[in-house]
Amino acid sequence: MDMSKDLVAASATPLVLAILAEGDSYGYAIIKQVAELSGGHLQWTDGMLYPVLHRLERQGHVAAKWSASENGRRRKYYRITKDGRAQLAARRQQWQAVDGTLRGIWMGACTV
Amino acid sequence: MTTFADRPLEEQIAQWRAYVSRRHALHGPDVEELEGHLRDQLTALTEAGLTGDEAFLVAVKRMGSLDALSREFARAHSERLWKQLVIAPDAADESSNTSDAETLVVLSLAVAAALAVKVPALFGHRLSPDQELPAFYARNASLFVFPLLAVYFVWKRRLSVASGLWLALPFAAGAVFANIFPFPTRSNTEVLTILHLPIALWMAVGFAYVRGHWFADGGRMNFVRFSGELAIYYVLIALGGGVFTAFTFMMFAAIEMKADWFVAGWLIPCGAAGAVIIGSWLVEAKQSVIENMAPVLTRLFTPLFTILLLAFLATMAWTGNPINVKREVLIGFDLLLAVVVGLVLYAASARDPQAAPGFFDGLQLLLVVSALVVDGVALWAIAARISEFGFTPNRVAALGENLILLVNLAWSAWLYAGFLRRRASFAVLEQWQITYLPVYSLWAAWVVVAFPPLFGYL
Repeated sequence: MDMSKDLVAASATPLVLAILAEGDSYGYAIIKQVAELSGGHLQWTDGMLYPVLHRLERQGHVAAKWSASENGRRRKYYRITKDGRAQLAARRQQWQAVDGTLRGIWMGACTV
Repeated sequence: MTTFADRPLEEQIAQWRAYVSRRHALHGPDVEELEGHLRDQLTALTEAGLTGDEAFLVAVKRMGSLDALSREFARAHSERLWKQLVIAPDAADESSNTSDAETLVVLSLAVAAALAVKVPALFGHRLSPDQELPAFYARNASLFVFPLLAVYFVWKRRLSVASGLWLALPFAAGAVFANIFPFPTRSNTEVLTILHLPIALWMAVGFAYVRGHWFADGGRMNFVRFSGELAIYYVLIALGGGVFTAFTFMMFAAIEMKADWFVAGWLIPCGAAGAVIIGSWLVEAKQSVIENMAPVLTRLFTPLFTILLLAFLATMAWTGNPINVKREVLIGFDLLLAVVVGLVLYAASARDPQAAPGFFDGLQLLLVVSALVVDGVALWAIAARISEFGFTPNRVAALGENLILLVNLAWSAWLYAGFLRRRASFAVLEQWQITYLPVYSLWAAWVVVAFPPLFGYL
């Protein structure tokens, strides 16, 4: 299944925030998690995650910190902020609204 | 640290990093973050059984197109494409401590320059808004600031105390010759001293700038670049200062206080002195960050000046009007030559000496040749006037400068022509320009030292 570019872009922010709401993480792990959770349907171009993370950091939705990783290299870890959680809640409502609407239409279509 | 046992793989990663680092939108920490990602991906892929080469191909492919990536980074950090003017210590820069020290040194020197201007007031040389600028200040203007600027470079380039003391000599000499001569009021030779002393002393600043190695590679050209950029920064700071002054007047006038004693006695003189130091510091700190302005202005004005000179020559040939030699004409044509030399100099400073001759080089030659013709015509007219009315210090000084610039331009034209016919390299022309630099200062020093007694302090 090829996901449309716009949809991938639009879903990136809530996905990243939702994953970070579960616990602090870093770029590579976030991408792996998205791929696993979506059963491989959501394939991001790896590099593109980072501009998204940086934009969220700048907007104050996530905070970043460099610390040592298990392999000895410096790694940038991201953590969701209070603002980020509020943003996530708002996004969640928006997606639920879209989801509910589509469901209603398609359920109706099935019953006809 | 995960380094891969696979040597070629490490080399590939290093190449990839170097390639990515060249992107303006990507800064050091971003590259590090992306590299960390690439390494994690490579580890996972090689553990899954891929060879190093295969894993690298897949990992880079998954990272995505670098163009698209840097576009996204540029959108997330739009300020990165606009170089910042405020000097923030670079987080990755280990030497940020020394930059703190530099800030301190520069600020103290700027304050010292500002206070130096006020020292003569203790000895009765007062600045007041009701009188015009006392000649004492005009004669010594460069002495308030240039020695401190030299101190900054001595400190910054870590010159030894001994060479610092040698550098003090020209300034001491300048102070002596600016003040021992008994100039009567409104004397012409005094005006000549006022105009020429800064040019003479600027070379002493240059010596400090190039760390005393005047003939070392690139040093003099860098000093030329520095001078041009400083002039531009100074004008910018002066514009800001003008706005500041206007507000000072306006606000104090609103509460019926007159601020002019403060503006004329403190704000303008102290600000003008301190701004030289601050401007130099900005040029030094920002030389690699901002696109240099002097070459840009050169590119812009070379064609315009060429058209102006050609139009002038054509009009003169068409109408047959002779040059009407007045007092200012000689100085005007001197300035014209100085501008043309500046255009040639700054074009040379920004040019890649290895590049083949192009359209712009032809234009430069045209500019130089037309300037030579225009100046030749002007000189002819002026020589006639001098033979009629005799020598004055102003005429001799202006004539000397004219000859100096003329020699420079004539030889430059010759070298340019050789370069365009591919007989000589551009480096020769650049070399000629920088070798000629001391001539200006030496002539200026000669005017300061010898002219007043020669012409009886006229």
